[in-house]
Amino acid sequence: MSDVAFDFLRVYLKERSGLALGPEKLYLIESRLGPVCRRFGLASLADLCTALRMHRAGVEQAVVEAMTTNETFFFRDRVPFDMFRDVLLPRAITARAGTRRLRIWSAASSSGQEPYSLAMLLREAAPRLAGWHVEIVATDLSTEMLEKAKAGLYSHFEVQRGLPAQLLVKHFTQVGDRWRIDPGLGGMIDFRQLNLLQPFDQLGAFDIVFCRNVLIYFDMATKSDVLHRIAKSLAPDGAVLLGAAETVIGLTDALVPDGGHRGLYRKGVVASPAFQAAPLRAAV
Amino acid sequence: MRTALIVDDSAVIRKVARRILETANLQVSDAEDGETALALCMAEMPDVILLDWTMPKMDGYEFLKALRASPGGGQPKVLFCTTENDVGAIARALHGGADEYIMKPFDRDILMTKLEQVGLGREAHAA
Repeated sequence: MSDVAFDFLRVYLKERSGLALGPEKLYLIESRLGPVCRRFGLASLADLCTALRMHRAGVEQAVVEAMTTNETFFFRDRVPFDMFRDVLLPRAITARAGTRRLRIWSAASSSGQEPYSLAMLLREAAPRLAGWHVEIVATDLSTEMLEKAKAGLYSHFEVQRGLPAQLLVKHFTQVGDRWRIDPGLGGMIDFRQLNLLQPFDQLGAFDIVFCRNVLIYFDMATKSDVLHRIAKSLAPDGAVLLGAAETVIGLTDALVPDGGHRGLYRKGVVASPAFQAAPLRAAV
Repeated sequence: MRTALIVDDSAVIRKVARRILETANLQVSDAEDGETALALCMAEMPDVILLDWTMPKMDGYEFLKALRASPGGGQPKVLFCTTENDVGAIARALHGGADEYIMKPFDRDILMTKLEQVGLGREAHAA
């Protein structure tokens, strides 16, 4: 790939999906966009760049989706889900006893394992949530992943990564060599296409936000901006869960660590993104 | 060091599973049928058992029932690991006292996450 094509794709992907790609990720572009070239009958990555410049139908979405990492599994990392069940849900049941409404956002839901994991936990807690209106909004950049999530069909590898066998038996039925999740759990989830770089005020306010393992692909300024806007969409006593390798420190003051719970954040002082403010403080 | 027992009549599965379990810092022994495995357990209970279903002499389900009925036999975590991949078999295994269920074919990620689910993955790794 030429330097010109790499630079174009690097800037293009940064603008469209926030993906921060250094020169060491050249192989990633070549390996993932090669199939996109073949799909659209393009001879090279240079031709792909031309197609993107000319806004050829379907190419932009295909490029953005091909470069997105969709690694996920049920109850990934386990601890955040234990925290949801044992800390956040009891807290919300007390705090929202008046309104009996609870809104949860799975902000990078990929093929659906995260929101379905939450739906299973909520189903287990059903006796405590009788008469409540609980909504899970699951968003992802990739329409392909959203379609897979909505279908709720998983391979035998997917249902074995993180999903306890008890829950497999309880919430899934076998369809040939695949497993379909209980459509009733799907009914608890509102799947929507969303690019986190775009405004998401229209989603409304949330009590709990799962935004895990997506910020790691963004540069500092983008991380700071997304976290700041997530904080704005959070209820005053809401909670945000980030991935194990992610933090708000040095990125925003709008979210602060919540007690001793690793990866859990609550609303702080809503200020300008820390990343943008830092140079001014340094100048002083 | 935590101990694991692989019970499977396939030498290939025993070899692959051993390699994975040893990377999780488990001390591994194996048996090719339920009867031999039960004798090993009576001598010393392992912390975790990876158990095939269909085997000569004594199958996995019979082994599980005999294990759970024996003194100290409630202690090991039992992970069925089998080609019996229908929901009825999984439910029967769990009802019979299995802690987890792995459908073959499996890979390292699946085995490691299942170990974590029974409280042995990270613990064993850190030991």
